[in-house]
Amino acid sequence: MTWINDIVQGITLGGFYGLLACGLALMFGLMRIINLAHGDIAVLGAYLVFLLLEHWHVSPFIGILPVLPVMLLLGYLLQRTMLERSLRSGLLVPLLTTFGLSIVIQNLLEQGFSPDVRSLGENAGSIATSSWQITSKLSISTIGALTLGVAIVIFGSLQWFLSRTQPGRQMRATAQDPDTAELVGIDSRAVYGWATAIAVAIAAVAGMFLAIRSTFFPYAGPDNLIFAFEAVVIGGLGSSLWGALLGGIVLGVAQTIGGQINPEYSILAGHLVFLLVLASPRGGLLTLGAGGIARVRSARGVSA
Amino acid sequence: MSLLSVEGLELRHGLLEAVRGVDIAIAEGETVALVGANGAGKTTLLRAIAGAHRPSRGRIVFDGRDITRLRAHDCVRMGISLVPEGRRLFGDLTVEENLLVGAQRRRGGHWTLETVLEAFPMLARLRERRAKTLSGGEQQATAIGRALIANPRLLLLDEVSLGLAPLAVDAVYESLATVIAQGATVLLVEQDLTRAVGVAERVVCMLEGRFVLEGRRGELTREQITSAYFGLSRGAAA
Repeated sequence: MTWINDIVQGITLGGFYGLLACGLALMFGLMRIINLAHGDIAVLGAYLVFLLLEHWHVSPFIGILPVLPVMLLLGYLLQRTMLERSLRSGLLVPLLTTFGLSIVIQNLLEQGFSPDVRSLGENAGSIATSSWQITSKLSISTIGALTLGVAIVIFGSLQWFLSRTQPGRQMRATAQDPDTAELVGIDSRAVYGWATAIAVAIAAVAGMFLAIRSTFFPYAGPDNLIFAFEAVVIGGLGSSLWGALLGGIVLGVAQTIGGQINPEYSILAGHLVFLLVLASPRGGLLTLGAGGIARVRSARGVSA
Repeated sequence: MSLLSVEGLELRHGLLEAVRGVDIAIAEGETVALVGANGAGKTTLLRAIAGAHRPSRGRIVFDGRDITRLRAHDCVRMGISLVPEGRRLFGDLTVEENLLVGAQRRRGGHWTLETVLEAFPMLARLRERRAKTLSGGEQQATAIGRALIANPRLLLLDEVSLGLAPLAVDAVYESLATVIAQGATVLLVEQDLTRAVGVAERVVCMLEGRFVLEGRRGELTREQITSAYFGLSRGAAA
């Protein structure tokens, strides 16, 4: 029975990793940008919610709402002012740009908020600590279930947006061929701007969940980036959006089961699964061509 | 007044001068064919008019407005659509999605999803198919439809018959005849001289980045065009 409990805990943890990986997968799938500042952007989101809660005594779930438009704007500006120029110089330059951005964000957060370790768990009230006892050995934490639920809703909405709406179609078209997208009337730079805006806003949601379920500090970004990155790779590296959530769940389950064997093995077990996927023939997905996210449409086109 | 006028246009690919100072004026409703050997600069000229290639010198005026520095997506809004060489469809999107993406900057006019599907009946039953699974002719029809749906005032066609089976070429040109009959202004690049002369009222021959021969249909003999095409009689420029 304990292992069922472990798997359930792993799945809810995986929801968090999936949420963290979502924006990373979106930016990689659409623009081939590996955003090394993604973890720091999530932590920045957590700090913005924290800042708001210092003044207004509301739940972090309310506090995130005004943070989202700010993050959308920041994401759009990040793309239009920095990443757009970097992309023109090849695929390696955005990697360096976001690496630098990561360091800048960490240092600014330390300047602004001190290096103290914080948590928003208390602000969230009973949601952060309560759980449903299903049997004597199986319980589901409220925050875990909520994280997974929010992750599924966000992935589902994004999928619907990309496959069913005109801006979503534009994003997929631009991901496949930005030059031709321009020729049919799409402002590819603006489309990329909105894609990054969405990725950054989702990162902030992940940051909020990080802050509620555990702790954060100015340098917490890279640790979280590793999990997000592993989730994206396990899920097939941008070959589909849901892959990132699935990859997160695989990673989460591996970590909880590893932790059950020996608490020291928790993180290690996750890394091992990641390495196994990389080494397997399926790891060859790494080299698949551009525009992975563009293939989100279901198989009905092929079978017709 | 002409719909499009190009003045002293120079286009470069790095150090290579692809187009070396050309002038052309196209009136509303006219169909002009641009012929010439590979590397003559035809595609580059078309891409520059569509806003996808920044000129190093010269001016492009469309409908009285200087569009030399406009980007491609703004040119589409102005009413210039290019059907690029090699069709360049969004392969993972369905036919219908490809058309809808083209309708983004749709100006008012005759062409809608429905009228495009009417003009290209073969597409109607392929709506839900991914573009990359189509045959060459079907892809070309989709590419033309994707450009038409924006209701361009000037349609630029780059090598629409390239790599297609003769029957597919016939079908594509049949549909084009419908489009031209609608009163569209068309500038097309075509390797096949017979096709080019068949559809266009005026033929312009390009050689090494310059216009070397220009004339109305009927004014030029096939021999004249061929010799200009291969640069056999450089003095013969009109």
